[in-house]
Amino acid sequence: MEWLDLIAQVSGSAIRFSVPLLFACLAGLYSERAGVFDIGLEGKMLVGAFTAGTIAALTGSAWLGLLAAILASVLFALIHGFASITHRGNQIVSGVAINFIAAGLTAQLGETWFKLGGQTPQLTNDARFMGYAWPFADALRGVPVLGQIYSQILSGQNILVYLAFLAVPITWWLLYRTRFGLRLRAVGENPAAVDTAGISVPSMRYAAVACCGILCGFAGAYLSIAQSAGFIEHMTAGKGFIALAALIFAKWRPVPAMWACLLFGVLDAISIRLQGVPIAGIGTVPVQLMQAVPYILTVVLLAGFIGHAVAPKAGGVPYVKEK
Amino acid sequence: MIRKLFAAVAMTALMAGASLAAEVKPAVVYDLGGRNDKSFNESAYVGAEKFKADTGIAFQDFEIQNDSQREQALRKFAERGFSPVVAIGFSHAEAVKKVAAEFPDTHFAIIDMVVDAPNVASIVFKEHEGSYLVGVLAALASKTGKVGFVGGMDIPLIRRFACGYVGGVKATAKDDEVFQNMTGTTGAAWTDPVKGGELAKSQFDRGADVVYHAAGGTGIGVLQAAADAGKLGIGVDSNQNGLHPGKVLTSMLKRVDVATYNVFKAGQDGTFKAGVTVLGLAEGGVGWALDDNNKPLITPEMKAAVDKAEADIKAGTVQVHDYMSDSACPY
Repeated sequence: MEWLDLIAQVSGSAIRFSVPLLFACLAGLYSERAGVFDIGLEGKMLVGAFTAGTIAALTGSAWLGLLAAILASVLFALIHGFASITHRGNQIVSGVAINFIAAGLTAQLGETWFKLGGQTPQLTNDARFMGYAWPFADALRGVPVLGQIYSQILSGQNILVYLAFLAVPITWWLLYRTRFGLRLRAVGENPAAVDTAGISVPSMRYAAVACCGILCGFAGAYLSIAQSAGFIEHMTAGKGFIALAALIFAKWRPVPAMWACLLFGVLDAISIRLQGVPIAGIGTVPVQLMQAVPYILTVVLLAGFIGHAVAPKAGGVPYVKEK
Repeated sequence: MIRKLFAAVAMTALMAGASLAAEVKPAVVYDLGGRNDKSFNESAYVGAEKFKADTGIAFQDFEIQNDSQREQALRKFAERGFSPVVAIGFSHAEAVKKVAAEFPDTHFAIIDMVVDAPNVASIVFKEHEGSYLVGVLAALASKTGKVGFVGGMDIPLIRRFACGYVGGVKATAKDDEVFQNMTGTTGAAWTDPVKGGELAKSQFDRGADVVYHAAGGTGIGVLQAAADAGKLGIGVDSNQNGLHPGKVLTSMLKRVDVATYNVFKAGQDGTFKAGVTVLGLAEGGVGWALDDNNKPLITPEMKAAVDKAEADIKAGTVQVHDYMSDSACPY
C-alpha cells in the first residue's frame, strides 16, 4: 500500500518534470526530421518562458502569455531558419547563437523592464495555468491502483500537461499519415528527390522550424506560467539539451520520444523523492549521488543500450539546388 | 624648512584622510541570485538603501552573474576608491581574501564567512537560533505532526539552518517528523524555483503541512508550492510573509540589512573594525517575523511558546546546537 502510494507520487512528479522535455523533444523532432539540426531548443524555450512570464504579468491572462510565447519562439525559430536554410549557414553555429542571444536578452530585458534582478513579477493564480482537480479525485484517493492513478496522476495537472501528451499522437499522425509529414521526412532524407517532385525544399524546411518554434513556445510557457509563477533567469537549466539527448535516444520517432522524456522525468522525480530517505540495506544515499543518477544513466543508456541511432540523412546539410 | 615641509605634508595627508572619511564611498557585491531575490541579497540591499536614506550618501552595488566575477567586482570597487566594500555571501571568501591583501588600505566586510585579514570585518549569524524559533512555530502549526525543510546548496551553513529547525520542532513535539531536502550541490541550487516547488510537493505528498526553506531564489518556488497546495511555508532571511499573505506562517529573519548598515555606518564614522562579529538572538541579529500578513496564523499559545523559547536562548538555559561546530546534528 505504501509502495503503491510512493509509486503514484513519483509518477505524478515525473509527469510534471517530463512535460517541458516532451514539448522540446517533439519540437526538435520536427526540425531535425526535416534536415535542420537544432541545438537552439534551450534558447527558444528560454525566450518562450520569458515572453510568457512578461505578457501574463502585464495582461493577467495565461492564454495571452502562451500565445506570446509561441510567437516569440517562432520568431527565433525563423531566425535560425533564415540563417541555416536561406543563407545555408552552419546549423550548429546558428543554434549556439540562438542560445546565447536568448540567455543574454531575457536577463537584460527582464532587468530593464521590471528591475527585479532579471525576474518577471510574481504572477497571481489567474494569470497561470493551474491544475484542475477531476471530479471525485479526493474520494477515490483511497482506492488502490485505479483510484491512485486517477487522483494522483491524471487529476490535478494543468492543461499544458494534457496538451503535451496529446501532441505525441498528433505528431505521429502528422508525420506518418499525412502528405505534409511524408514530404517533411523526405526533405530530411533526400531533399533532391523532393525538389524533383516539384516541392520547394526551403518552404518545407521553414514549415518544420516553425512547428519547432510553436512547441518550444509551449515548453517555455509551461516552465514560467504553469509550473512556477514567473520567469527567473536561466530557468530552463539545460532542459533543452536533455530534450536533445532524449531525441537521439528515441531515434527521432515521436512515441519513443515520449518514453524517453518520461524516463528522464522519472529519474528526476526519484532523485528528489529518495533524497535523505534511508533505503533498506544501503542506508541513506548522499544527495550528491542521487542527483548524479539521471546523468549517469543517460551516459550508460546512450552508450550501450539504444543500439545504433541513425540521424536523418540530410540532417545538417544545407540544400543547394542544382543550377 | 624641512620640518615645515613635513608638517605641510602631514597636514595634507590628514586633510585628505578627513575628506575621505566624510565622503565615504560604500559598495556592496551581491551573491548569485541577485539583488531582488526577495531573500538574502535583498536584505543587504534594504540595509544599504536605509543607509542612503539616513545619510544621503550614495552607494554602488554589483550583481555577479557567475563565480569568476566575484574577484573582478571586488577589485574594481577597490581600484575606484570604494570603501567599505561589503561582500554578501560565504562564496566571496576566497575573492575577499585575495583582493583585501592587494588593497590593504581598503576596508572590506564579508557576510556569512570568516576571513582573517587586518582590513576585513567578518559578520556571521547564529542562524540555528532563529531557525529553532521557527521550528517551534512549525511544530505548533502542524496538524499532521510532519514538517519539511528545503535547503538550497548542500553546505554546512544550510545544514546549520536545518539542524536548528529540527531542534525547535523536536523540543516542541518530540515525535514530530522532519523531512529534509537539499536542492543541489552547485550555485544553481539557489535559482531553481521549479525544483524547489517539486521538493516541497514531494514533502506534502509524504504528509508534511509546514515547510521551511533556506534556499534563496529557489525558495520562491517552495513558498509558491505551499500556497498552491493550501499548506504553510516559512520564509527566510528577509520578511517573506507578504509573498503569499496567510500562506506563509512566518519568516526567519537574518538581519543582513542591519549588518550591511552597520558596516557602512562604521565606514562613515571612521570606526571600522576588522575581526569577527557574531550576531545571534541576543544581539538582534536573527529573529522571526510577525506582521499583519501572518497575524491570523499565530495563536496566542504559539506566540507565548516562541517568546519563551526566545527568552530561554537569550538567558542561556537553552543551547541550540550549532551544526558547524562539529558537523553533526544531535536532534
